[in-house]
Amino acid sequence: MNEIPILRVEGYSKHFELHEQGKIIPSSCDVNLNVYSGRLTALIGPTGAGKSTVLKGIYRTYLSTSGRLLYRTVSGHEVDLAQADEHSILELRRTEIGFVTQFLHALPRQATEDVVAQPLFQKGMGRSEARDIAHKMLAAMNLPERLWGISPATFSGGEKQRVNLARGLVSHPRLLLLDEPTASLDPKTTERVVRLIEDLKNDGVAMLAIFHHPDLVERMADDVVELEPPLSIEKVLKEIA
Amino acid sequence: MDKVLGVKNLSKVYGPGCASCFELTGPEHDTNICPNCRSVVAAHDVSFDLYKGEILGIMGESGSGKSTAVKCLYFDHEPSSGRATFFDEGRQYDLFNLNAAQQRRLANHRFGMVYQNPHLGLNFDITAGGNIAERLLMSEVDNFSEIRGRATSLLSRTEVLPERMDELPKNFSGGMQQRVQIAKALVTNPPLLFLDEVTTGLDLSVQAAILDLIMEIQQEKDTAMIVVTHDLGVIRLLAGRTLVMKYGRVIESGLTDQILEDPQHAYTQRLVASAL
Repeated sequence: MNEIPILRVEGYSKHFELHEQGKIIPSSCDVNLNVYSGRLTALIGPTGAGKSTVLKGIYRTYLSTSGRLLYRTVSGHEVDLAQADEHSILELRRTEIGFVTQFLHALPRQATEDVVAQPLFQKGMGRSEARDIAHKMLAAMNLPERLWGISPATFSGGEKQRVNLARGLVSHPRLLLLDEPTASLDPKTTERVVRLIEDLKNDGVAMLAIFHHPDLVERMADDVVELEPPLSIEKVLKEIA
Repeated sequence: MDKVLGVKNLSKVYGPGCASCFELTGPEHDTNICPNCRSVVAAHDVSFDLYKGEILGIMGESGSGKSTAVKCLYFDHEPSSGRATFFDEGRQYDLFNLNAAQQRRLANHRFGMVYQNPHLGLNFDITAGGNIAERLLMSEVDNFSEIRGRATSLLSRTEVLPERMDELPKNFSGGMQQRVQIAKALVTNPPLLFLDEVTTGLDLSVQAAILDLIMEIQQEKDTAMIVVTHDLGVIRLLAGRTLVMKYGRVIESGLTDQILEDPQHAYTQRLVASAL
């Protein structure tokens, strides 16, 4: 394949330094991968291999310990997400990079349609137009219409997950990070999500995903990257010394 | 993106000050009182930028200097050193080198301030509507019906019943007083708003309503805001970026989700770990 990747992760490592306990916790270690437009790269590996940490590092929820996260923007510039200034990251989050996590963080008093439309509000879209798009997304997720006007706080795990996905997909990012997006879905809804992800791929969205099910990796992934659990603390200490 | 405010090396010392004030205070020394001259180093070397429509959180416990920084910017206190540049309608203002009249003009027209204590932000001797009118009069709007009209629409926007606009602030509940303060701050459509512990001490339900209001205003008007608080929940909800202060110093700054999920400084780690 001779296409230029939209994201190149080079030698990414992350460890946490817990001052109170005087401990260093290694998480991701020397991760290298590429993500391409219109393709899905799956991260696999055992629990504790630092898969989620890679996604959070790219989104800058975690600071990097070392390595480069080279993202090619819509205007063709290359930005190291590990080093870029905070305003650039916020702008990229608003316009280009989306993240769907395993958990839904929403205000207990916000209607589901507004939770989903939020990324569009932030882009400056009018309320009613944004809600229309949110409705289409919620319908595609098979979430009953009677739930759209109420807060997702009381929803089941699977319903929350669908709301979360709808919100992540609504603004049509160029790069989408998916952390177990189908973890608590029934088989029927999982199929819908799989189809939606296929549609996004066909639209050219680049995706980096963690799936809990090996079947899904087999079906969805164009590239697979296996992570290994990090080195012991002693080795990390030796490395940074 | 448009920069609204640039703050460089802002410091504020209460007391005579001496050559070792900055060296002997700060988080490493566990104090902001200079052991040499007993001056209080309320804030030292605070620098940040603020862009249009952005909410910046300043987090820290009491005495960390978070309010001092904001009060210097609103001209309530005079800083000991440092620079602050305000960018507005194609012009730049060197805030700490303006004369008193120019500072008053900016504070009245282009900045809004909401204090924790409504007694600081409102005149309790005049009505809620009068408080708003006063600010408009200071910014040279003198048509009575226009003033009344704007006060009414702002009060209904902040969910204060317009029927109550001729009542004194002392008749209002704490949450209501904060709403009147917010209406007063917003009446001149300022591009920059300072919020100093605005929900501290209010009932949880009232806090939530006030925070929702602030978020809506930010989305509607693209107002840049500095939110000073000790409350992690407020920071999480409102701020895109956050500065953490301790003993007058900024010990850490970053994207709010990063500060909360991957705090770097021992103090921030403790703060986040002790959240309810």
